[in-house]
Amino acid sequence: MAELLAQAWTVARKDLVLEFRTRTALLSAVVFTALVLAVFEFGRDPTAVSALDLAPSILWVTFTFAAMLALNRAFQLELEHGTLEGLLVAPLHRVSLYWGKLLANLVFVGVVEAIGLPLFVLFFDVPVGPVLLPLVGVIALATAGFVTVGTLFSAMVIRTRFAELMLPVLLLPFLIPPLVLAVLATARLLAARPLSESAGYLRLLAAYDIVFLVVASLLFRHTVDQ
Amino acid sequence: MSLAQKGRWITLVGLVLLAAVYVRALAFTPLERSQGPAQKIYYLHVPAAIWTETAMILIGLAGIFYLFLRDPRLDRFAEASAEVGTVFATIVLTTGPIWGKPIWGTWWTWDARLTSTLLLFFLYLGYLLLRGAVADPGLRARYAAVLGICGMCLVPFIHLSVFLFRTLHPQPIILKPGKPSLPDSMLVTWLLSFGVFTLLYVGFVVQRYALAQRREEQGEIRA
Repeated sequence: MAELLAQAWTVARKDLVLEFRTRTALLSAVVFTALVLAVFEFGRDPTAVSALDLAPSILWVTFTFAAMLALNRAFQLELEHGTLEGLLVAPLHRVSLYWGKLLANLVFVGVVEAIGLPLFVLFFDVPVGPVLLPLVGVIALATAGFVTVGTLFSAMVIRTRFAELMLPVLLLPFLIPPLVLAVLATARLLAARPLSESAGYLRLLAAYDIVFLVVASLLFRHTVDQ
Repeated sequence: MSLAQKGRWITLVGLVLLAAVYVRALAFTPLERSQGPAQKIYYLHVPAAIWTETAMILIGLAGIFYLFLRDPRLDRFAEASAEVGTVFATIVLTTGPIWGKPIWGTWWTWDARLTSTLLLFFLYLGYLLLRGAVADPGLRARYAAVLGICGMCLVPFIHLSVFLFRTLHPQPIILKPGKPSLPDSMLVTWLLSFGVFTLLYVGFVVQRYALAQRREEQGEIRA
């Protein structure tokens, strides 16, 4: 187990070092997030719909799209540089490869969200102060769900036709359950309802994360083996 | 008799029995008090919905066995089951609004139950699109198995949504903890209808399986 984790960390570190040295993908994702948030502002009538009513949806649609962009990149880069074969012949357990990619994706999406959340608060004047901690918890749980399934699928779609389009088509049905739960929990939190009201949603979110982490860890080798 | 012919016969018998069940449902089963004749669609809607979910679970199970055994027959079955599941999901999504218009006063509402069925429908479409986007048969079978297994794991989350959210949709009255809560005559009609849908599922899958088999044989001849 310790060895698996160490290998996973090596893979993740490789990806993250690559990412933070070039920063192109990260910057594009952040700009994209800011743009989507701005587009939402033009898409609503401020006199008819209050920002707070729309806030949970805005937050989650933005994060889902940003995550999808990030996920497309994880294996695409390896394929472009012909390094996927290298990774596969390296003395590296398949599960570690998956966990490493998962970790790198989580950090990547986490950074985008960490920049996106303050922007969201700024643009829509949402009172997140008192519920910041639970809100971050909801974001973490839902993001873990997205990225767990997304990393598995992104390894699969790179060898299909229309890979960029195939990922969202396959992934969105899987993102909706965590998305719905996250939106419901966020709405409760922003309406200053007690945390216990969202406990059921959070438990189901956690169950989703665990189920798909196990399933994806078991299935991953079937997506990359030749 | 070839496999395709067997499938055609099963389907034919199923369709005749479906007509018979509907004669029973319309003429010999009592009207539901509050919904009136609209409730009759229930005998079509619910069996189709159960088979939509079951077909996805069968795809997932076939996927698990495929990854262990690498038997192309399992993949052919999964492919057939996915197409039939898509058809059944379409039945659910068309009969639902037809019932919803007189009872709810709207064709569609973003209710948890409806949304989750729509989701399942998209899951089927994604599965079929993925199959179409991979050229190599071995790789296609493997990818399809992976997606099928994930889809199977998604079904409980979709199904739980009914119990978790407040919903306009009637609560399940047959598949629920405790005894079915409808009169015996309706239950019998429903069970007959469910039997017919099972027959139709088998008939369609057998035909589609035979088609996949022929296609592979043809591909081998060409190669």
